[in-house]
Amino acid sequence: MALHVKTTVNGDSAEFLCEPDETLLDALRDRLGLTGTKEGCGTGDCGACSVVLDGRLVCSCLVLAAEAEGRSVHTVEGMAKGEELTTLQRKFLEHAALQCGVCTPGFLVAAEALLNRNPDPTEEQVRYWLAGNLCRCTGYDKIVRAVLDTAREMREHAHA
Amino acid sequence: MVKVRIWGGLRVHTGGEAEVEVDAQDLRGVVAALGARYPEMKPALEGGVSMSIDGRLYTNRWFEKVRPDSEVVVLPRIVGG
Amino acid sequence: MPKDIATRTFKQVGTRPLRPDGIEKVTGRARFGADFSLPGMLVGKILRSPHAHARILRIDTSAAAALPGVKAIVTAKDFPEADDGLHDIRMNVMAREKALYDGHAVAAVAAVSAAVAREALRLIRVDYEVLPHVTDVDEAMKPTAPILHPHMVTAHESPEAKRPTNVAGKYEFGHGDPEAGFRKADHVVARTFKVEAAHQGYIEPHACVANITSDGQGDLWCCTQGHFMVRAISAGLNGMDLSKLRVTASEIGGGFGGKTTVYIEPVAVALSRKAGKPVKIVMTRDEVFRATGPTHSASIDVKIGATKDGRITGAFAELRYQGGAFPGSLADMGAMAAFACYDLENVRSIGWDVVTNRPKLAAYRAPSAPAVCFAVESVIDELARKMGMDPIDFRLKNAAREGTLSSYGPTYQAIGLEATLRALKAHPHYKAPLKPGQGRGVACGFWFNFGGQTCTSLNIGLDGTVALSVGTPDIGGSRASMCLMAAEELGIPYDKVRCIVADTASLGYNDVTDGSRVTFSSGLATITAARNAIKVMCARAAAIWGIPEDAVEWVDGHARPTGPNAGNFPPLSLADIAAQSHQTGGPIAGHCEVTAEGAGVSFGAHLADVEVDRETGAVKVLRYTVAQDAGKAVHPAYVEGQYQGGAVQGIGWALNEEYVYGKDGRLQNPGFLDYRIPVCSDLPMIDTLILEIPNPGHPYGVRGVGETPIVPPMATIANAIASATGVRMTHVPMSPPRVLKALSEA
Repeated sequence: MALHVKTTVNGDSAEFLCEPDETLLDALRDRLGLTGTKEGCGTGDCGACSVVLDGRLVCSCLVLAAEAEGRSVHTVEGMAKGEELTTLQRKFLEHAALQCGVCTPGFLVAAEALLNRNPDPTEEQVRYWLAGNLCRCTGYDKIVRAVLDTAREMREHAHA
Repeated sequence: MVKVRIWGGLRVHTGGEAEVEVDAQDLRGVVAALGARYPEMKPALEGGVSMSIDGRLYTNRWFEKVRPDSEVVVLPRIVGG
Repeated sequence: MPKDIATRTFKQVGTRPLRPDGIEKVTGRARFGADFSLPGMLVGKILRSPHAHARILRIDTSAAAALPGVKAIVTAKDFPEADDGLHDIRMNVMAREKALYDGHAVAAVAAVSAAVAREALRLIRVDYEVLPHVTDVDEAMKPTAPILHPHMVTAHESPEAKRPTNVAGKYEFGHGDPEAGFRKADHVVARTFKVEAAHQGYIEPHACVANITSDGQGDLWCCTQGHFMVRAISAGLNGMDLSKLRVTASEIGGGFGGKTTVYIEPVAVALSRKAGKPVKIVMTRDEVFRATGPTHSASIDVKIGATKDGRITGAFAELRYQGGAFPGSLADMGAMAAFACYDLENVRSIGWDVVTNRPKLAAYRAPSAPAVCFAVESVIDELARKMGMDPIDFRLKNAAREGTLSSYGPTYQAIGLEATLRALKAHPHYKAPLKPGQGRGVACGFWFNFGGQTCTSLNIGLDGTVALSVGTPDIGGSRASMCLMAAEELGIPYDKVRCIVADTASLGYNDVTDGSRVTFSSGLATITAARNAIKVMCARAAAIWGIPEDAVEWVDGHARPTGPNAGNFPPLSLADIAAQSHQTGGPIAGHCEVTAEGAGVSFGAHLADVEVDRETGAVKVLRYTVAQDAGKAVHPAYVEGQYQGGAVQGIGWALNEEYVYGKDGRLQNPGFLDYRIPVCSDLPMIDTLILEIPNPGHPYGVRGVGETPIVPPMATIANAIASATGVRMTHVPMSPPRVLKALSEA
C-alpha cells in the first residue's frame, strides 16, 4: 500500500508516493529525480547518501522515506544558488578535492554541516567530522585542505 | 637474424635455452619463427605475449621493426588496472 | 615524435586549470551509472549461489515466471557456449554446471519493480549438490584439495604433470645463479609472507541500463573503465554484432581496475532483449564484495643475500597467488615485478597461478605488484638493518638504472629510480626527529605502464572552439589533461577546448582505461590529432594566400608564412581559419587511430612515520611522503591526487583491509563496516614529490602515474613498524590483532 508523503526539499515543497519500507535515499533519487545523493553501501557506512534532515546530518539510506513527512530535507542540489556556487563548492574545485566525484555530494553536505556549527575547525576536527564519509580516490588530503580553506575565507568575509 | 630472449616459463619448450636466434624483421616475424621452430610454444604465443624491444614494451604491434642488434625479450602478456 | 622534450617550454601543460566536469560534480548533476533511467524501465536483479562450491543440478524458474510483474528470466541457457575466447568470463557472468564461489550468479530476472524482482528471486528454485570447497592458496595447491576444474592442466610445467589440479600455471624469470650468489653472501635473509585479498573499494557499485530491441540492436549505459570492452563482451555473449550495440560510458565513481571487465552488463542486455523493455541493474554493496573482482591472496617466499659492503649477490622469490575460481591470478606479473627495482647478477622468481572457490580476480592498481613488493622490500629492509646500512643507501647501491638488465628480461632505458630515492633522502621528512615508540620506514616500487589501442577525434567549430572526443573513460581527471594537451598544440586557451568521452559508435576501438595509460595514450593520440588538424589548417591558409603548403607554419595558434620569401601575409588565427572553413574545403578536423606503445616503466619510493600502540596493536600513520617520476606532469594537481589516493589505498591494505572467509567458504565481511578502508581521521596529509625524467616514447615525456603509488605502502608501513618495535611483520594486513600477536611473540 503506497504512502503519500508531503515534504520540503531544498526549500521547495515536494510530494511523492512510496512504499513503507522505502528509504529517503530511494525516494530522493527515484521518486523526485534528485540523483545527486548517491548510494554507496545502503547500510550507513559510507556517507555518500548524506543529507540534512531538519538541520541534522543523516545518512538518507538509514531514514525511511515516510519519515520526511512534514520535515525539511537539504541535499547537494540545494547548495548552489543558480549560477553561484558556494565557497565550499568552489574550493573543492580549486583544490582538486575530487577525482571521480561520486563521494563529493556527501562530503559537501557533511562539510557544510560542520562549518555551520563550527566556523573555525582544526584539521583534526575536520578529519573526525568527515570520518563518516568514505573517499577512495583522493586519500582525503585535498578534501581537508579545501574545507579548511573554505572556513578561512568565510571567516575573512564575516569580519570584512 | 635477431637474438630473442625467452622468459623462464617458456624455456621448457626450447629445451632450456634462454636465448635463441631467429630470422625476422618485425615482431610478427619473431612470433611466427618461434612458433614454427617450437610448435609446443604456439599455444602460449597465440594466447598473447608482450615483447620488449630495447627496453620498450609492445603488446599489439605486428609490424614493429626489429634490427639484428635489437634486444628482444618475449614476456607474458602484461595487463594493468 | 619530435624528441624536443628537454628544450620545450610549455605554456599550458603543467598548469592547474579547473576541470571541465567540475561544476556538475559539485552540484550533483553529473550522471553516474545508477543515475540514468529510461521510460518503461524494468528492474533487474540477480540470484546468487550461497555455496562456495556446488554442482547445480536443476534451476526451476516456473514459479518466478508466473509471478505478475515479472517480464523476463535468464540463466546460463541464455548464454550458449561458443568458441570465442570468452569461455571463462561467460561462466563467471552466469554459472553453468557449478557454482564456484559464494555469490556466483545463477539466474536473473527483470520485473516492474525492485520488490517484485526480489520476490521473483525468492521463487526461483535451485537444487544444489554442495561440494567441498577451498579458499586458501596453499591449501588449494595440495594434492588432496577439492578440484574446481577437472580438465585444468598446469601451463608451462613439463607435460608429464597431468593429474587433476588447481594450479593453472607456473612462470619463471631471472638470470644467473642465485644459489651461487647466496654462497658468496655475508648475510642472507629468508622469510615467508602472507598477503590477504583486498577489494578496489570504489564507492560506486556497478550499474547499467540496457535497452535492446528484438532485432538485436540497442544501447547500453554503464559505469565502466572500458565501454569498448563492454561492447565486445556483452555483444559476444549475446550473439550480437558489435556495430549493433552502442555503449555509452557514464561518469564513473571509481574503478582502479575493478571495472575493467563485465558482470551485470551482458545480463542486462539479455534481459532487455527478452522483455522487450529497458532493464536497469544496480549491484548492492554486498554483491560488489561477494561477486565482483577482488585481488589475489598470496603466500610468498623471499630469500636475498648480500656481501658486507652492501652488494646483493643473490635473490630468489617464489609466489603462490590464488585468483579466484578461474586462471589469471597474475602470478606471472608478480614474478616479473618482484626484483624489478634492482640491478642483480643472480636472480630467479617463480610464480604459481592457483584457483580457489573465491570470486574471479580483477585488476587492482598495479595488480600483483603490491604483495610481492611487501615481501621483497621487507627482506631488503631486514638485510639493511642487519648490515647496519641506511635503508636508502642500501637500495641506491643496488638500484636498477639505465642499462641494467632487469630481473624479468629487458634492459632498462632511462628510468627514475635513483632520482626518486635521492629526492626522498633529501626531503626534510627523512631527517625529522622521531619520538620514542615511533618508527620510520622506506620502500620502493615498480610498475609497467602501457599503451594500447586508442582513437581520438578533434573537430574545430566555425567559432574556432574545439570539440575533442576520446574513447577512454575519465577515472582521474584526464579530460582536463587532454584539453591542456590539445590547447598546447593548437596554441589556443584551455577553455576553448571541450573534451568528452564519446560512445562506441563514434570512435574506433579503445582499450580500457588501465595500465596508467590514458594521459600517455589518449594524450599521444590527442596531440597527433591536433597536429593533423594543424596540417589541414596550414593547407587552408596556404590556399587562402595562394602559396605552397610547405611555406606555411603554425606558431602560437596562428598560421603564418615561414619567412619573408613565402609572402607578406598577416597571420591567420585558428578562429579566422575556422570561420572560413566551409568555403575553403569544409569542416576542419584531425583524428588519430593508433596502438600506442613504448610507455616506459615507472618507479616510486615512499617514506612513512608510524606510532605503534603496544596495548591495542593499532598503528597510526603520522607522516607520509610519496616520491615518484611522472615523466612530465601535465596537470600537477591530478598527478598529486594519484600519488595520494594510491598511497592511501596501499595504507588501507597494509593496516586493515582483507577478505575474511569462514569455514563455510562464505565471505564474512561484505560491507564497508567490516571491510574497513581508511577514513579521514586515520591519516595525515600525504606529501608528494613529483620528479620529471622524460619518457622518450611520448611527445611531452609523459609517464603513466596512476598505479605505482599503491605498490610501496605495505612494505613502507611494515618497515616503519619494524623500526618502531624491532618486530618484523610478515602477514598483511597488519591489523591490531596481528601486530599484538607479533609483539607478544617477540
